Amino acid sequence: MSITFKLNGKSTTVDAPPEMPLLWVLRDLLDLKGTKFGCGMAQCGACTVHVKGVATRSCVTPIAAVKGSEVTTIEGLSVDGTHPLQRAWQEVDVPQCGYCQAGQLMSAAALLKKTPHPTDADIDTAMNGNLCRCATYLRIREAIHRAAAMTPAPATQAGRAHAGTSKR
Amino acid sequence: MATNLTSEPVNRRQFLRASAIVGGGVLLASYLEPVSGAAALAERAGAAGSADDFVPNAWIRIAPSGVVTIVAQDPEIGQGVKTMLPMLIADELDVDWKDVRIEQAPLDTTKYKNQFAGGSTATPNHYLPMRRVGAAGRAMLVAAAAHSWGVPESECETRSGVVYHRASNRSAKYGELGERASAVPAPDLEKVPLKDPSQFRIIGTRVPGVDTHAIVTGTPMYGIDVVVPGMQYAVFEKCPVFAGKAVSANLDEIKKQPGVRQAFVVDGGTQLAGLLGGVAIVADSWWYAKNARTKLKVTWNEGPTAEQSSVGFAARAAELSKQPAQRTLRKDGDVDGALSSAGAKVLRAEYFYPFISHAPMEPQNCTASYRDGKLEIWAPSQTPASGRQLVARTLGIKEEDITIHLTRTGGGFGRRLNNDYMVEAAWIAKEAAVPVKLLWTREDDMRHDFYRPAGFHYFTGAVDPSGALVALRDHFVSFGEGERFAPSAGITANEFPARFIQNCEIAASVMPLGVPTGALRAPQSNGLAFAFQSFLDELAHAAGRDQVQFRLDLLANAPLPDPAPPAGQPAPPPGFVFDPQRMRGVLELVAEKSGWGMERLPRGTGRGVAFYFSHRGYFAEVVQATVSRAGAVKVDKVWAAGDIGSQIINPLNAESQAQGAVLDGLAEALGQEITIDRGRTVQSNFHDFKLLRLTQAPPIEVHFKISNNPPTGLGEPALPPAPPALCNAIFAATGKRIRTLPISKNDLSWS
Repeated sequence: MSITFKLNGKSTTVDAPPEMPLLWVLRDLLDLKGTKFGCGMAQCGACTVHVKGVATRSCVTPIAAVKGSEVTTIEGLSVDGTHPLQRAWQEVDVPQCGYCQAGQLMSAAALLKKTPHPTDADIDTAMNGNLCRCATYLRIREAIHRAAAMTPAPATQAGRAHAGTSKR
Repeated sequence: MATNLTSEPVNRRQFLRASAIVGGGVLLASYLEPVSGAAALAERAGAAGSADDFVPNAWIRIAPSGVVTIVAQDPEIGQGVKTMLPMLIADELDVDWKDVRIEQAPLDTTKYKNQFAGGSTATPNHYLPMRRVGAAGRAMLVAAAAHSWGVPESECETRSGVVYHRASNRSAKYGELGERASAVPAPDLEKVPLKDPSQFRIIGTRVPGVDTHAIVTGTPMYGIDVVVPGMQYAVFEKCPVFAGKAVSANLDEIKKQPGVRQAFVVDGGTQLAGLLGGVAIVADSWWYAKNARTKLKVTWNEGPTAEQSSVGFAARAAELSKQPAQRTLRKDGDVDGALSSAGAKVLRAEYFYPFISHAPMEPQNCTASYRDGKLEIWAPSQTPASGRQLVARTLGIKEEDITIHLTRTGGGFGRRLNNDYMVEAAWIAKEAAVPVKLLWTREDDMRHDFYRPAGFHYFTGAVDPSGALVALRDHFVSFGEGERFAPSAGITANEFPARFIQNCEIAASVMPLGVPTGALRAPQSNGLAFAFQSFLDELAHAAGRDQVQFRLDLLANAPLPDPAPPAGQPAPPPGFVFDPQRMRGVLELVAEKSGWGMERLPRGTGRGVAFYFSHRGYFAEVVQATVSRAGAVKVDKVWAAGDIGSQIINPLNAESQAQGAVLDGLAEALGQEITIDRGRTVQSNFHDFKLLRLTQAPPIEVHFKISNNPPTGLGEPALPPAPPALCNAIFAATGKRIRTLPISKNDLSWS
């Protein structure tokens, strides 16, 4: 079955069975290896991509479900690795083995798109579905705050961020 | 402790040689040769003049532009070794880190020593050798410049990849010195002078991982990302019972499934760490192969392990605990006498920790290509050399006909010390006669692991009226056969507090086990620390003593002498022998940093302490935890203090490794368990085998005590104290003692 969708800004057509998960279409048919396989049942978040801007587990998303949609993978998060999260991840040196980090970044990017200055509680909610076996969680949290700080906070957002942080 | 990893099979000397690169630049290459006597050395001396006599190993390439390419030799599994080893070379070579580029070496036992990842050994194995490579390179470049200027080498200095002769105001970039350097005799690596640590400019600085940019941009690097032209994809269904065999399967039906190219039975053997029996399916995409597998019907010969189960092990352990131990590893003084002495307070307790899985994020995988009798393999392996031996032995191919490329590895934790997936991929690729990428599902990974073995400890201990520990006995019921423990299921005669009390017995009994076990981060220590440091906590509590002071006092006792090693075995190398002063140092440091004894905590909140010596590292940790009335555990904060010697090579990574190890220990204690039923693993994925999640990760302070000892590794030693420190905190919070892991199996509700 021929399915067309927008991948990292470009119209893309693949010939695949409709139930084939987006993850395997990306990795094995389109040779985009940045999105990782971890569990196959939406338990670990390693395969997270954006579908219409929403963080989505590609291992349980049939390719037919993204027909006509806009899909963004880690390769499309920025053209040159300079998304604020990618910069913050490097400054804080988040990764250990690094395998889960594409998924972490995509979940964090979806969070910042909706909530540019997240509280710790916002981060808890958005990131708790992404496992890191090396447990780099402390640096993940730090890097999300650092990336958020790269965007000047409007007054209302700043007040909210402050209130949330002090709760912890 | 995985001491087998620390010794080289052959004693070989390493040499460095400089040569010019065609088109400019300089190459510093090393090679190894056996030291089998004067003849070998003489042969080498004769050959040294001819560049054709050995294959240069491009360990260091210096381009005319000043860019320095350094090869990282060990497998990178997330421990940071791909960054650390080149840091050691670059500092002594005296180049700027910003000019350094890193390349991953393939497996090559003719050029590199100790090319593996495991046992926290990279630092102790390489700290001096890598620095010597850099220092020898610098010495040769200085000699080359000095000769060309006709000045003494002693008048030359280096900085940022340039040799200077200040007196004559001359300088030469390293990359310009290739021709000259190739004529300089190679210095003896063992004797080349090294920098004084006060002169380090890279070692000791916070250096981000060399692959971090590639990771955050999704660049293919891992085993799972390998693509070989003409490659097909494989799944391999093994018998759910370990070492069972496939008798027959509906192969004709499987071959008709979409995308499937081949399906065949692999006989396999009975060695748990070798090729096991199963059914391979090879298809055009991995998803096709995996889908076809759902239609697979196999008749298995499950074999004897089908009679084993966790429930059965527990029942058998309870029986064995009531009988005399099968063997006594240590017997000091008179334990029974001390237990019955006047005023002695006697405690008896049974501790249990379960099997657990490694569960690295990247499922096991390997890509193999067989052509004209030769194999090429791309493997995320911690031990590529032993993987190659296994493949050679199993497939009947000479080792020299097997090439192994090392990929970045999505987590090791000891799982990839075994190369079962490598030999499977090699076998399937050869039989299928196409290049094959074998990828396991998460379920395969969890159900065919080399688990951290479960363990049962039956303790008796006593404190005297003064509050001192006077006797301890452990009857450890483990797995194995006769005198042999199953892999990572052992205990030594020196398990603390042995040697530090007068009356002590360490004894063991074993049960047969058909389930594969192996090293999981801080092997043996990760279970023993929980049992011993928790029981010590019980004894200190019974004595009415402060937990830190009780432990400090124990460590201050004059130790009984270390027993001589068993006949035929060498004495442990320096650093492996426990030094109580170093442990006192970290215990005092963690007490100070955590404000131990000063805290005023509400009911339901408590603090626990524990220490452990493993993999040559000393760690003491304090955990603060809160238990809700309903019994839910939340870790509030952890303080960790470690002594790993005189130098923290990369503090940025060291802090991360220590935090990760602490969190790993907390995760194991909180909720991880593998159970065996009818010879099969019950758990299958992350819904029933719980990894730690972000909301469970508390703040962790890491403090290092710098001591005048050789630098040692950090992958493992921060882990073992975390589980007992947490369990001791839960006791302080609730009065409930955790004697069975995981914690989630205990009712901790209080009112």
